[in-house]
Amino acid sequence: MTTATATLSLDIALPDEAATGQLAATLARCLRAGDTVLLQGDLGAGKSTLARALIRARLAAPDLQVPSPTFTLVQVYGDGLDVIWHADLYRLGGSDEVVELGLADAFGTAICLVEWPERLGGLTPPDALTIALSPSGGDVRRAQMRGSGDWTARLADLAPDD
Amino acid sequence: MTAAVTTILGIESSCDDTAAAVVRAQGDTGTILSSVVLGQADLHAAFGGVVPEIAARAHVEKLDHAVEAALAQAGVGLSGIDAIAVTSGPGLIGGVLSGVMLARGLAAATGKPLLGVNHLAGHALTPRLTDGLAFPYLMLLVSGGHCQFLIAHAADRFERLGGTIDDAPGEAFDKVAKLLGLPQPGGPPVEAEALHGDPSRFDFPRPLLDRPGCDLSFSGLKTAVLRERDALVAVQGGLTVQDRADLCAAFQAAVAAVLAEKSRRAVRVYSGLNPAAPAFAVAGGVAANTVLRTALRAVADSEGTAFVAPPLRLCTDNAAMIAWAGYERMRLGPTDDRTLTPRSRWPLDEDAAPMLGAGRRGAKA
Repeated sequence: MTTATATLSLDIALPDEAATGQLAATLARCLRAGDTVLLQGDLGAGKSTLARALIRARLAAPDLQVPSPTFTLVQVYGDGLDVIWHADLYRLGGSDEVVELGLADAFGTAICLVEWPERLGGLTPPDALTIALSPSGGDVRRAQMRGSGDWTARLADLAPDD
Repeated sequence: MTAAVTTILGIESSCDDTAAAVVRAQGDTGTILSSVVLGQADLHAAFGGVVPEIAARAHVEKLDHAVEAALAQAGVGLSGIDAIAVTSGPGLIGGVLSGVMLARGLAAATGKPLLGVNHLAGHALTPRLTDGLAFPYLMLLVSGGHCQFLIAHAADRFERLGGTIDDAPGEAFDKVAKLLGLPQPGGPPVEAEALHGDPSRFDFPRPLLDRPGCDLSFSGLKTAVLRERDALVAVQGGLTVQDRADLCAAFQAAVAAVLAEKSRRAVRVYSGLNPAAPAFAVAGGVAANTVLRTALRAVADSEGTAFVAPPLRLCTDNAAMIAWAGYERMRLGPTDDRTLTPRSRWPLDEDAAPMLGAGRRGAKA
């Protein structure tokens, strides 16, 4: 079998919040309408921090208020052609509620940042970029990035120099 | 001259709960004849949080029963109602739409006036219903994912002084409880643990105290608790009962310190208005926590401002506040016609600029 693109597999160490900000800025440049980013990780892993930095970078609004979507489930930012959905599925019971939320409709048109994406089940977009965040000692966090489709090419800036 | 007695039916379905209520109002005072909230029996503690009734279908199934029960408990029929108030935003659009459609139907069938109410205005006007506060008053509104300081200048004019830039305090309590293996919702168990804890053992951060203004942040505090927990586990192989109590106490002390200092700043901004009867109202779960409530009351006392905390059942989502807010709106001017449509996004401090078609959902901000 020949594949035009290799599956993305990239591990990045994030020593501090500035590093998280840099990753967010790179992602903000690379993302296109219709992309979905799945943010995995336990409480306090840094999912919302990464999402907040990404939204602010993408909209060039460093002071934009990006509250946690845990209770509201979804917060929508931007307007016109550049719409970002920030969803937190922690409180959802199952994938049918994802449909009720309108998130399934947003996939493919908006940029969707999804925390606790395990609840998506079969609705998970196949070409989503997955970022798994985990603590890595002290303030350091580790970001494991996975994705099929053309993510390897699009995120080439993040790959370590050979 | 005696003000007319007005009886309002309130309907609320913008978030997790389905609610209906009947409020009888005269002049500046209101009496809750009934307040029915359905949906709380569905709380799902094992899940580590509250599973929301986001499905419009669930609201539709419950709305008729909620209205029937509210009318029956109030001992009035639909003919005894003078107006119908309904939450028309902000919130999850399916739920809001269900309530608005029912209210429109009832208004059409009875010929009674229809009032679309902002859900947050319902919360913000509750101290007038419960404690008869006069405008302007200061409000710390903590509900669901919200936490904001508002000056209520009038029933249709609110000024936001600041609010959380990430997590709300209730969310921080829930998440800390989860980190420490305590049940949900996290407020009561964390408070109970903290009673036996030493708040000075851990020096948790006081987010944003070094910055001017009334904005709040609690996300970093949660992360600090996580880090202390992991440090203890790494050294000892686990947490002792005392560790957990100390973590809870230190966390709660940090929340209290931040809320108190930000409240002090908000009270001072508000006091600049020279209100005749200054009052600081705290609505939400924060007021149910003894340590937080004591800290906030102390701020009010030292600043010479009355302290008001409406009962918790009227601070969580309910329809009595919607009925009351509808009454206040009715006194101000025209009612809505039957084309009333929901608004999923409707900031309180925004003028009534049309937001329809903006395609925003869910954001209660």
